[in-house]
Amino acid sequence: MIRHLLLVMLLSLSSIATAAIDTYQFKDDATRERFKSLSSELRCPKCQNQNIADSNSPIAKDLRDELYQMLESGADDDQVVDFMVTRYGEFVLYRPRMTEQTYLLWYGPAALLLIGVVVVLLVSGKRKKAEPGKPNSSLSDAEKERLDQLLKQEQNK
Amino acid sequence: MRRLIVLLPLVLFIALGLFLWNGIGKDTQVIPSPLIDKPVPEFALSALLDEQKTITAADLKGRPALLNVWATWCPTCKQEHAQLNRMARDEGVTIYGVNYKDDRAKAKIWLDKYMNPYALNIYDPDGKLGLNLGVYGAPETFLLDAQGIIRYKHVGAIDQRVWSELRQKMKQLEVN
Repeated sequence: MIRHLLLVMLLSLSSIATAAIDTYQFKDDATRERFKSLSSELRCPKCQNQNIADSNSPIAKDLRDELYQMLESGADDDQVVDFMVTRYGEFVLYRPRMTEQTYLLWYGPAALLLIGVVVVLLVSGKRKKAEPGKPNSSLSDAEKERLDQLLKQEQNK
Repeated sequence: MRRLIVLLPLVLFIALGLFLWNGIGKDTQVIPSPLIDKPVPEFALSALLDEQKTITAADLKGRPALLNVWATWCPTCKQEHAQLNRMARDEGVTIYGVNYKDDRAKAKIWLDKYMNPYALNIYDPDGKLGLNLGVYGAPETFLLDAQGIIRYKHVGAIDQRVWSELRQKMKQLEVN
């Protein structure tokens, strides 16, 4: 009996705790999840290294309120992102959209990796050619003759 | 050809260096506004000094003007206020105000105390107009042309140097 009572008390405590964190009442859990993911992907314009979920600045609070109202009134993710971008610019997106301006950003790392692979392949190809024991083909016939002569002179000393 | 390949890393390094050099000293706090060359967003808010009077975006048309977002809680607004007064009084510049997330009574006292450079003052207690204007920190000043299109935005206080830049842009708008 006491155990049951304790369980009930603990459970009621936990619900109080979550209520204190969440100041917004969502219509369903899916909306809550979308609020969480969107507010962590939108950048606060005033405090630039924080998203609007983490920032305490008044503008971040305003944007959270706006986000909440938009989600509650049934806006989809694209509408929310468009709303923010038309007011604050591409700047507010922590995950920039694919446009002509951001091609470098999106494809740059892959391109650098590709260049790196090509360079490694070229260098290792050259190494193989220069491996000892194999005839060095980069010398012309005249040069080979001169090399033989020089080696002979060295042996004769 | 081989020589060119040997030089390639150097060329890449110089290009990267120039690119990064270009970024040094730029103010990262200033975000380019996506509202440039767009009209002032629609709104219908009461005038700060006359609760009965409604101001809309149409009231801001007619001649090139500055739209200054200010509040009594904003220390930098106080700092630029004397400059705004000078501009309105000595040069006849039309300045519209947006009283942003402020208290009407406090704002009225402020204007009585420090003089009122504004031709019109829009009372925006919830910051809705501010949000639609992409305001993220007062003071912010928008340059409007005669059709009420936003042509330029300045974030931060207006001082003599900023004003001389703004004045040039404003003169160009007057010519057009």
